[in-house]
Amino acid sequence: MVDAAQTKSRPLFGVMAEFEDGESLLEAAEKTREAGYTRIQAYSPYRVEGLAKVLGQDGNILPWFVLAALIVGGVLAYYMQYVTDVVVYPINIGGRPDEAWQAFSIIVFEAAILFAGLTILGFMFLRSNLPLPYHPAFNAPNFEQASQTRFFICIEVTDPQFDLDETTSFLQSLDSLSVNEVES
Amino acid sequence: MPSMSETENPNNGAHPPSDESSSKTWRNIDEIAAREDFEDFLKENYPREHVIMRRSGLDRRSFLKIMGASLTLSGFALQGCAPSPTDERIIPYVRVPEEVIPGRPLYFASTMVLGGYGTGVVIETHEGRPHRLEGNADHPASLGGSNAIIQANVLELYNPDRAVEVRNAGNLSSFDEFVSAMQGAMAVSGDGTGVHLLTETITSPTVASQIEALQEAMPNATWHQYEPVSRDNIVAGAELAFGEVVNSVYDFSQASVILSLDGDFLSSMDGSLHYARDYAANRKVFLDGEEPEISRLYAVESAPSLTGAAADHRIKVKASEVELFARALAAELGIETDFSMDEAPWDSQTLTAIAEDLTANAGESLVVTGAWQSPAVHALVHAINAELGNVGTTVTYTEPVEVNPVNQTEDLRTLTDAMSAGEVGALFIFGGNPAFTAPNDIEFASALANVPFSVHLSYYNDETSELCTWQIPQKHFIETWGDARAFDGTASLMQPPIGPLLDTTRSEIDMLALMTGDDRSSFDIVQAYWEANYDGDDFDGFWRRALHNGVIEETAFEPMEPTLVADLAGAVGSYEAPQAEGLEVIFQPDPYIYDGRFAQNSWLQELPKPFNKLTWDTAMLVNPVTARELRLDTGNLAELSYGGEIVQMPVWVLPEQPEGSVTVYLGYGKEGGADVDAGFAFNAYAIRPSGNMWFGQGVEVSSARRSYTLANTQIELNFESYEEHPPVETASLSFFLENLDFAGYDGDTDKTLLPDYNADYAGYQWGMTIDLSACIGCNACMVACQSENNSPSVGKTEVERGREMHWIRVDRYYDADDDSTKFQPVPCMHCEQAPCEQVCPVQATVHSEEGLNQMVYNRCVGTRYCSGNCPYSVRRFNFLDYVDDTPILDELRNPNVSVRSRGVMEKCTYCVQRINSARIDANVENRRINDGEVMPACATACPTQAIVFGDIAESTTQVSQLKAQPHNYGLLAETGVRPRTTYLARLTNPNENLHASAEAESEEA
Amino acid sequence: MATLRDQNVGIPAEREAGTPGFLVDVISAPIFRNTPAWWWIGFTASAGLLGVFLFAVVNILIRGVGLWGIQIPAIWGVGIVNFIFWIGIGHAGTFISAVLLLMRQHWRSTFSRFAEGATLIALVCAGLFPLLHLGRPQYAYWLFPYPNILELNPNWRSALAWDAVAVSVYGLVSLFFWYIDLLPDLAAMRDKAENRWVKTFYAILSTGWRGDSSHWERLHNAAYMFAAIATPLVISVHSIVGLDFAIALTPGWHHTIFPPYFVAGAVFSGFAAVIIIAAGLRRAFSWQEVITIDHMENAAKFVLITGLMVAYGYGIEWFAAWYLDHEMEWILTIQRAFGQPYAFFYWAMIFFNVGAIQALWFKRVRRNIPLLVTICVGVLIGMWLERYVIVTVSLGYAYLPAAHEYFSPTIWDWLTIFGPFGLFLTLLFLFIRILPSIPMYEAELLASEEH
Repeated sequence: MVDAAQTKSRPLFGVMAEFEDGESLLEAAEKTREAGYTRIQAYSPYRVEGLAKVLGQDGNILPWFVLAALIVGGVLAYYMQYVTDVVVYPINIGGRPDEAWQAFSIIVFEAAILFAGLTILGFMFLRSNLPLPYHPAFNAPNFEQASQTRFFICIEVTDPQFDLDETTSFLQSLDSLSVNEVES
Repeated sequence: MPSMSETENPNNGAHPPSDESSSKTWRNIDEIAAREDFEDFLKENYPREHVIMRRSGLDRRSFLKIMGASLTLSGFALQGCAPSPTDERIIPYVRVPEEVIPGRPLYFASTMVLGGYGTGVVIETHEGRPHRLEGNADHPASLGGSNAIIQANVLELYNPDRAVEVRNAGNLSSFDEFVSAMQGAMAVSGDGTGVHLLTETITSPTVASQIEALQEAMPNATWHQYEPVSRDNIVAGAELAFGEVVNSVYDFSQASVILSLDGDFLSSMDGSLHYARDYAANRKVFLDGEEPEISRLYAVESAPSLTGAAADHRIKVKASEVELFARALAAELGIETDFSMDEAPWDSQTLTAIAEDLTANAGESLVVTGAWQSPAVHALVHAINAELGNVGTTVTYTEPVEVNPVNQTEDLRTLTDAMSAGEVGALFIFGGNPAFTAPNDIEFASALANVPFSVHLSYYNDETSELCTWQIPQKHFIETWGDARAFDGTASLMQPPIGPLLDTTRSEIDMLALMTGDDRSSFDIVQAYWEANYDGDDFDGFWRRALHNGVIEETAFEPMEPTLVADLAGAVGSYEAPQAEGLEVIFQPDPYIYDGRFAQNSWLQELPKPFNKLTWDTAMLVNPVTARELRLDTGNLAELSYGGEIVQMPVWVLPEQPEGSVTVYLGYGKEGGADVDAGFAFNAYAIRPSGNMWFGQGVEVSSARRSYTLANTQIELNFESYEEHPPVETASLSFFLENLDFAGYDGDTDKTLLPDYNADYAGYQWGMTIDLSACIGCNACMVACQSENNSPSVGKTEVERGREMHWIRVDRYYDADDDSTKFQPVPCMHCEQAPCEQVCPVQATVHSEEGLNQMVYNRCVGTRYCSGNCPYSVRRFNFLDYVDDTPILDELRNPNVSVRSRGVMEKCTYCVQRINSARIDANVENRRINDGEVMPACATACPTQAIVFGDIAESTTQVSQLKAQPHNYGLLAETGVRPRTTYLARLTNPNENLHASAEAESEEA
Repeated sequence: MATLRDQNVGIPAEREAGTPGFLVDVISAPIFRNTPAWWWIGFTASAGLLGVFLFAVVNILIRGVGLWGIQIPAIWGVGIVNFIFWIGIGHAGTFISAVLLLMRQHWRSTFSRFAEGATLIALVCAGLFPLLHLGRPQYAYWLFPYPNILELNPNWRSALAWDAVAVSVYGLVSLFFWYIDLLPDLAAMRDKAENRWVKTFYAILSTGWRGDSSHWERLHNAAYMFAAIATPLVISVHSIVGLDFAIALTPGWHHTIFPPYFVAGAVFSGFAAVIIIAAGLRRAFSWQEVITIDHMENAAKFVLITGLMVAYGYGIEWFAAWYLDHEMEWILTIQRAFGQPYAFFYWAMIFFNVGAIQALWFKRVRRNIPLLVTICVGVLIGMWLERYVIVTVSLGYAYLPAAHEYFSPTIWDWLTIFGPFGLFLTLLFLFIRILPSIPMYEAELLASEEH
């Protein structure tokens, strides 16, 4: 048995079911949750509305980070300008006051935006644990379709309820196209 | 640049420390030829010469011998230091200590000669290198002022184009060979038969004595004088009027009504600097309680001149009609003279009004005329001044300044005839360039071929030196001992603060000494002459003072009372009206290139001509009406045919030019002018006949069906100026007295919510005023600034693009309403709310505590935003690498001003380097800088003292008091930039009885 | 179960229209298909032009900006004109991907990718000019605050310092926004690619994106956040460019209308550029179903709207000049419109930016691609002229009549004008060859929602 040999050679990552479209994936996700599974991952070629909610991934704290970034960036920018123009070089430039907040405000704005942008980007990658060169999910057959047409749900071995045969049959019970074991 | 240790003391004439091992200092050719790293040294420093040597295959020594001079000019000998000055004692000018302090300039009084007449100058030297010229305040012909030609003359000294080699028939030769050749030639004629001497106008007593000596030694030797800008008419006029040659000296400080009949006493007349000062003093208005009075100037003139521009009433007439006016005026004043006036180019009331005004001010009126008016006019002017009782008050007569006043044109003709007749065996030409400047009917050039032995002592390789068998390079006046007389006879000395740059050069005095077998040095000769003519008992003191002050005391001529000839009418002769048909052509010396002798001077070439702001070229001035008739426009190439000769000239249409008459300027068509580079020769001499040296009738002008690019610095010359706040605020004095605050913007110029930064300033606050009533538009300030601040010349194509680098420019506005021309010098305004500073992204231009708007070259990245935001467009940008890196020119540069690199913005600094050196002096003596102690270059050069600079925080300073005057206004004040440089409105004094009446003028104000 | 495990649930190699994944194929087709001839032709031509441009750039860097026709007082020339022009071209991209996203305009997604791509490429072109135009480009970094021993700093009061910062921030944020939105498609490309190297290439770029639901959620949130900050940013950038002129004293520059009027002008020219590129893509890849005529019409409406704003700006200039009652301002306005040699440029500008676009009131015109493209090309010309008039005329017509000079371009100016198109097109050709010009996942999403 080739597969057996493989399973021997590599530890199991989980069992993955493939679905036709977003609706069935969403449905399956709900059922899986009801069945009490916790370590679930869902893959789709585009965002499936509500999926994240079902899997409890819908918390969004990004705006607070962004707000903080805006404030920090702005304050730092003003501080930089204040120090350089008022403390270090209080030079008469066109008879304008050293602390020209009207003029400084523009750099303040731009700096705030820059900090926010960097924050969003960093947040997006770090929280998503990207870049990630290798992930077991890629071992699943047909997984390349996950970025184009097909939808996948995966129950990991680390799930307390996980039992290879039960979980497999459970996933088959959902109207999946196929169910495969995935090595890590 | 010499390092300090190698600078030597010009006073004791110590030689530089000659350290053979050092690659820097060396004494003679062998020394440097002996260096084993010679090739590399040459290759590295003088690549061009290195190539020449390799090609020529000469050995080092002979190579250096031949290339010596040119290498010197390319900075070879100046590796270590400036050439050591002469051993004779030269006395530094009073303003500085006796010994050189490195970094401190030394000043030496000397005399610059133009057209024979001397003007006292002060030579500023740094570590022994002359780097600029100023007028000598103690000298009557300067009074401290100077003009563009004087200012630019220091460039002549270092000019890489100047003649460097003794040449025989075009081949390199040596002076010794010349001497033997000359002695041969002199020996041929024992008594001087066939020996002729041709000089320019001579006023130098020493040279005169030498010539006498020569003529004693050789009784038959003959002396001729010729200059293209001659005083023939003045001489002839005086002879007509008095039967003897006299010299007229004017006193404009006494003159309240002045009439100029083509007499340009403000710029081209001998003594014009003195006259301009006196004239301007009477035109400045300073309200201090009592009723101000200013003089009135009428100008009846042909070719536009600065005098005409300054006049309250300028009457444009053809040059030939000036005589008619003079005769009519004379008749009006009751002087019997023949004339017929069927229809005059002026309305009759003009004439009567002027006559009345003159008589009303008899005794303090003045009538002047110029070198280009006929002898008759001069005679009549003498008579009129006598009639008005001006003689003794505004006019005084003295014996002639020239040693031998002759009709130079005829003198040249006699010589030329002798030459072509083969009677001339040896011809000595000292200075001048007759082969180029001779009238077209005097074939001097071709006649030269008949002279077996001819010498030309010349500053450049010019047309004449090409044709002479021998050419001797001439010394610059900064390198020579000598003397000259000024317009009033005052004699002054030339003293060289620097040794000759080239050992090949000679001066007139050297040459005459050689001819007379006199083996004394030129210093001894000059000193001996004055010792002989000194009848005191302290000659040393006398000599010291003469050198020190730049004036030889009690040499000004005594006034004399010549008597008018009985039958003046007869003497003046009957008036023959000029032939009507055809146009009139007027010949004028170029305002800056003069008779062509300054064609190689890039500063003068790039200096915009006063009226059309044209650079690098000359153009024929044509009145718009005439131009329309001829179907010509500015930039067309026209063909002038006069007396059978044809010359091409670019056209410039100028409203100031009288109708039916064109003005052409002498001096172009020479190496150095842009016309020659472009393959043209706009040479006015080609159509200048000896019969009509200054103007003539019947010239035919036709379009050459070509255009020629002219590079001028101001494209809007006839702009109908802004109504509300014209740049040049003008009003008649009477109008001003009724509306004191007519000038400038009277609204709030400080509309801002922000606090005033300058409020918490302490100490000096530098500011400037420019009196537009006094500015005559002579452009001296522009060259002064250029030489003080190391500003480059950029060349014609760059000027075309609008990239001239002058830090101060003189704007020209033509007011069609009253046909007047106005000049306005525009330096940096050093605004309190400087718009340039606010927009510089790198803080490269910022404000100093003393209110200077500073430019930080090192920090400038060249965004040019500052210039875009400057309302006055006074900032200058190094679009390309403009610095001329010919080594010799490093010697010229002001060590206190950095040379700007490509891509850097620059502008007027109020000569901050002068402010700082003055501050150092003041601090050393623990005092404040006195008023007038600091003057920027433009202010020191200004002949009329129109520019005043000083501390505006101090209410007692002159500048503060001027700024307090009601007619003081800020240019573009309505922009709220609050300029530090302000102007005093141009106040005129028109005659109410004349058309351009005060009301008409005051409309605009 | 083994049966199940073995059974290969096949994916049709060629999906027919309407089925999931079809759009992925359509959009990625140009990338995996062999390079078409027209691409090579276009690319070579563009690269050639780019070469010419580089020649000019090297010359200007070595010999100095004096090669241009700039002088005193017209010290700014095509360098600055191009800068503003190219920044403007970029604006549509950000506007589409940010503002329209917030407005939930779904049709935008079709444009967003290549519009944003064009934005970045345009920014590359624009970014060259502030450097190139400096007298001493080697010190360009002095415009940015960086730690140095002398503690020297830029002048925070100068609009140019603002420019430097604003444009850099704009460039970075646009790049981030564009890139995160690109991740899922890069992943799809990775999965579609057969060639091992191509796969690796996309794999690296996609940073291991696997369509995890939580990633989708974060991408979604990040996109909206970016949109939220990019919107004020895109407005600010051209406002600040407008301030370069508005804060200056120069007559013709000193107008408070400039910032908004510059933004409108930028979006105006930007949409024109987008329409031209979109029309090109439709034609080249026969994407009529993907970029529908309705999409084009919507964009055309934007051109019309922003065009009218610009026209209003022109009107205000006259009003302000009259209302300001400042003699020189008024004389300049008159001269700009009727004086020689300025009038030609002014009226050409009016014709392209105000006259020609009025045709877009008609549906027929908006839906007629060739006509639409012609008008848009006109708009680009017109907007370039607008900047030319603002910069050179106002400068050359300085306060003091004596200082007036006319700007006359040299050969180097002409190279500087046309060269950048070489750079722009070269990069654009590479972009459409390497990356999906339309977000595939969004296309799929929209398709799935339709049925």
